[in-house]
Amino acid sequence: MKKPFDLHADYQPESFAFSKAREKTVAEIIKRYPEGRQQSAVMPLLDLVQRQIAEEGAKANPPYGGWVPRAAMDHIAQILDMPPIKVYEVASFYSMYNLAPVGKYLIQCCTTTPCWLNGSAEIVNTCKSHLNIGMDETTKDGKFSLMEVECLGACVNAPMVQINDDYYEDLSPESMKEVLDLLAEDMNPQIGSQKGRKASMALSGPTTLKDRAKKAKVV
Amino acid sequence: MLNDEDRIYTNLYGWESFSLKNAQKRGDWDNTKAIVAKGRDWIIDEMKKSGLRGRGGAGFPTGLKWSFMPKESNGRPHYLVINADESEPGTCKDRDILRNEPHKLIEGALLAGFAMGAHAAYIYVRGEFYNESSELWSAIHEAYDAGLLGKNAAGSGWDFDVFVHRGGGAYICGEETALIESIEGKKGQPRNKPPFPAMAGLYSCPTTVNNVETIASVPTILRRGGAWFAGLGPNEKNAGTKLFCISGHVNQPCNVEEEMGIPLKELIEKHCGGVHGGWKNLLAVIPGGSSTPMIPKDICETVHMDFDSLREVGTALGTAGVIVMDKSTDVIQAICRLSQFYMHESCGQCTPCREGTGWVWRIMKRMVAGNATVEEIDQLFEVTKEIEGHTICALGDAAAWPVQGLIKHFRPEMEHRIMEYRKSAA
Repeated sequence: MKKPFDLHADYQPESFAFSKAREKTVAEIIKRYPEGRQQSAVMPLLDLVQRQIAEEGAKANPPYGGWVPRAAMDHIAQILDMPPIKVYEVASFYSMYNLAPVGKYLIQCCTTTPCWLNGSAEIVNTCKSHLNIGMDETTKDGKFSLMEVECLGACVNAPMVQINDDYYEDLSPESMKEVLDLLAEDMNPQIGSQKGRKASMALSGPTTLKDRAKKAKVV
Repeated sequence: MLNDEDRIYTNLYGWESFSLKNAQKRGDWDNTKAIVAKGRDWIIDEMKKSGLRGRGGAGFPTGLKWSFMPKESNGRPHYLVINADESEPGTCKDRDILRNEPHKLIEGALLAGFAMGAHAAYIYVRGEFYNESSELWSAIHEAYDAGLLGKNAAGSGWDFDVFVHRGGGAYICGEETALIESIEGKKGQPRNKPPFPAMAGLYSCPTTVNNVETIASVPTILRRGGAWFAGLGPNEKNAGTKLFCISGHVNQPCNVEEEMGIPLKELIEKHCGGVHGGWKNLLAVIPGGSSTPMIPKDICETVHMDFDSLREVGTALGTAGVIVMDKSTDVIQAICRLSQFYMHESCGQCTPCREGTGWVWRIMKRMVAGNATVEEIDQLFEVTKEIEGHTICALGDAAAWPVQGLIKHFRPEMEHRIMEYRKSAA
């Protein structure tokens, strides 16, 4: 089930165009699919719109994050020669296309059972109180938006959140705050495990392939 | 415990770079053209001999699935589609292959594609795995630059292209026909079967959809022989190695490759440092991703982690996403959260699922509080039965089973919650 969205909301810009560099990417994307099947490119193009807008938003004051305005959907419909409604359908079906502006850093807290068992509720509360916002809200300075999402597929590194493209895993309330504080200063926190473990290996060290681990200087 | 020399995924944890140079040192892309030279029938036969069953959850025999593809093309191209839309709660194994062993997947795609007469593969990666799909793309570019993909891929005489298609955040796209719809640029709503994808799949062309782990296991199986793979595990129907993801209340949650049929207790004790507070503190385990019914401690004592052993105790191996819950867990809430998940992820196409998943969640929420009647437990069970088997795809079943598992094993807990609520209300 998808969030509702208003195609006539007053924040909709009049027009949208891809940047020169991205026009080349558009052509490359369309070429991945057989001739006459260009509609397949609709999802990658929606993503590309969102990335271009995020790039503009990162420099704006106040800043904002990536989203897909209606004008961009109409533009995609034109490029791919498909009815605009088919683009709206796709954009509103998939949860990753933001149909209204969001903060520069979109925090997506996983709260599905594996994360919940390991304290995702605390992580959510930490985000709320540290940023002083509620779910589906954006901070006044435009920096952070907070969302609850379903399983992000990093269950053995629970609890975790996704912020823009990056996963932050093995979180505690303290490390969550540290990540937020660094992002507030536009610095780059370490992505992945916040407990310093390699990917999905046990934190206490590998139980398999120990010779290889030695060679790779993991243990 | 599985011997290290029998492991397929030697770079599971990303100790070494995923790059082609390192992958080749680990044995990937070693004389791939010699395998192709053995021919289509040999590959499919060897896969059948290996006993490999699909690693995405359903466990359908892989060699058999490939053999459903038409032998000759009638002018329509054939497609291999690889399902990397890993979204089943508790499951995070394909992510490790994408980021740390992408060349196994790409080489497997060439071999599988050749065996089914496909010249192109689309790898559908869940949208949230942005960094993983970027790494996969760069591995694909490396393979093109080295002549391992493209015209005359790896010198095999077979032309083969691989593309990545990123999803947009929809669990339902892990269902093979919804995934196909999604690649076609539509909403991810499952199709009625038949026709099956092998007859009419992507762009109405013959298509096979396989999970990442399935395809990435192919090169090693073909190199070492089907008999090697079939020799691992308890029997030919439950053969080989498997990636397990153990999350929840264990001391050392991790992913690990193990032999099919490993006792659940051994998996948890040996690789995960045991349950929080010791084995005696175990309450229940969801053994194969959120869709599979939970099993209480007494079953966990002895059960083995393979398709048939888990089916015998009324659950399933699924994706082997093992979610462990200790005695501190509010087990009703744990399942209620899954009901919320299925409600959120229902695509809305079939009424029993669209409406039913909401019903189930709303009743479950009251069950968590105890604000219900004992009769409503039966009603809840009935609602899940109305969903199960009455929908186009298996999401309806997946929404029903966790709740049925809860009622089967923890009905007294639910009744107790209701009594407690009444007492406090009075």
